[in-house]
Amino acid sequence: MIGKVFRFYYNGFRSMTWGRKLWRIILIKLFIMFAVLRLFFFPDLLKRDFSSDEERGNYVLEQLTNP
Amino acid sequence: MFESIDMSLVDWSRGQFALTAMFHWIFVPLTLGLSFIVAFMHTIYVRTGDEEWKRITKFWMKLFGINFAIGVSTGIILEFEFGTNWSNYSWFVGDIFGAPLAIEGILAFFLESTFVAIMFFGWNKVSKRFHLTASWLTAFGANLSAIWILVANAWMQHPVGTVFNPDAARNEMTNFWDVIFSDVAVNKFLHTVTSSFLLASVFVIGISAWFLLRKREVLFAKRSTVIASMFGVIAAIATIATGDTSARIVARKQPIKFAAMEALYEGQTHAPLVAIGAMRTDTTKLPNPREDFIFKIEIPNALSYMVFLTPSGFIPGITDLVYGNTEQGYMSYEEKIERGAVAIQTLKELKKAKERGDEATYSALREKFSDPVWLDEYYKHFGYGYYKGRELKELIPNVKLSFYSFHVMVILGGHFLIFSLIVLWLSLKNRWGNHKWLLWVALITLPMPWISSQAGWVLAELGRQPWVVYELMPTITAVTRLKPGAVQLTFWIFLATFTVLFIAEIKIMVTQIKKGPGGK
Repeated sequence: MIGKVFRFYYNGFRSMTWGRKLWRIILIKLFIMFAVLRLFFFPDLLKRDFSSDEERGNYVLEQLTNP
Repeated sequence: MFESIDMSLVDWSRGQFALTAMFHWIFVPLTLGLSFIVAFMHTIYVRTGDEEWKRITKFWMKLFGINFAIGVSTGIILEFEFGTNWSNYSWFVGDIFGAPLAIEGILAFFLESTFVAIMFFGWNKVSKRFHLTASWLTAFGANLSAIWILVANAWMQHPVGTVFNPDAARNEMTNFWDVIFSDVAVNKFLHTVTSSFLLASVFVIGISAWFLLRKREVLFAKRSTVIASMFGVIAAIATIATGDTSARIVARKQPIKFAAMEALYEGQTHAPLVAIGAMRTDTTKLPNPREDFIFKIEIPNALSYMVFLTPSGFIPGITDLVYGNTEQGYMSYEEKIERGAVAIQTLKELKKAKERGDEATYSALREKFSDPVWLDEYYKHFGYGYYKGRELKELIPNVKLSFYSFHVMVILGGHFLIFSLIVLWLSLKNRWGNHKWLLWVALITLPMPWISSQAGWVLAELGRQPWVVYELMPTITAVTRLKPGAVQLTFWIFLATFTVLFIAEIKIMVTQIKKGPGGK
């Protein structure tokens, strides 16, 4: 069963004509998004700067009460 | 409040989010609508066995695939921005956004990655019925995955089914069903999906018109047009009906947005609906500045009738809402600001009591956040408290933008209905294609649903300003205190990346359209 599913996908990708260009675009796009933008420009700041939910909550509470 | 915040940071953060969301929304509606049109065409092929329907299905499936591939995961960038640029907001709403988005992610991954692959690779590899099922499941899967993000957006417009936890500074879901079945969420989903169906119909009719103009693939183009125009007529009627319900909901839940949509400053019974108009800014009147009409054509009583189904219904204007109207039961913004400030002060004192270990004070204050009367009198206006000492005009959405985006959307919606009806009628009489000028109209109409769809989102999102979570969290408190330069940099990176992707989409699509249904 797993072999059949694998062959289905494998043959599908191999027989692509116009779709190959699309896959290249998808892969480049995902690379830019996750390996460049996410890594260097878009960290999850609350996760990065605080180690617990309590600290995160306190930080946001401070922001909300002393804007 | 907010004295310390750099307003250019807020503007750039908003600009960046708007750019990303609007780019994402180029692809999504076509995916939602075209998936169903392809499934219909595929069904006709399976039922008739006619090879021409197979060619038709494969051609539109190919365009669906291009759009899907270029557009897929552009929405994830929005989630990046939540964590970086809108960290206060994403913490404040965390649980509400977390659950729907997690479900969306899982559904989208399993349904789309499985059934899209079968849809594309399944020709002659799986049984015809299984293949057709995959096409339908792709369509349902794509539309179902849209539910969750729309539910999250609806909650921001009308926060229900949640309670604010002052210790954690975040909202917690108390009733999942209230969140997903709120009238705002249900109608938002229906209006968004039906308008996306309409967009895809106009797309198919427009491309088919191009083939007819060039006298190529005439049978293919005519058959495609029949399906798309049928789908388009039903979708246009449903879009107008859900749009009408949406306006009624906005009038009750977000009256200032509704007043801005119509540039209505003085409330009235027998309120007319502005069918068309142009505005100028008058800086001498209050609320200052105020938009006045250079000219307008009105439909008498229509606005009151639209909301209350009777011409005697009172529609509050911007002045009634900002300065209050005790006769009609509208509290002034000054009063709301005072009450909101009390709620913020209570939260501040609770935080201090907790920090110094003053258990008695803490318990007394904590109790307020679970007291329905206090919540209704004070916490309900929490967001207004941030505007103490600031100008009231900051609480009014951009009237010109709201007015024009609403009217562009409605006028184009009317055009799509009339257009789809004409195309369907001529197609059924086998006369579609006889009038060259009508084919040109179809081609010119092709990009218009994107304009009306984007205008709808501009109205929904700008019309509810200054709030990110309606009346609870202003945009200005939601933003992360970053350096404006850092946000500007990513804005330009996005603009460059999106432009390249958009050009790639157009180029690949045009190439495949030119090749036609027979092309490889």
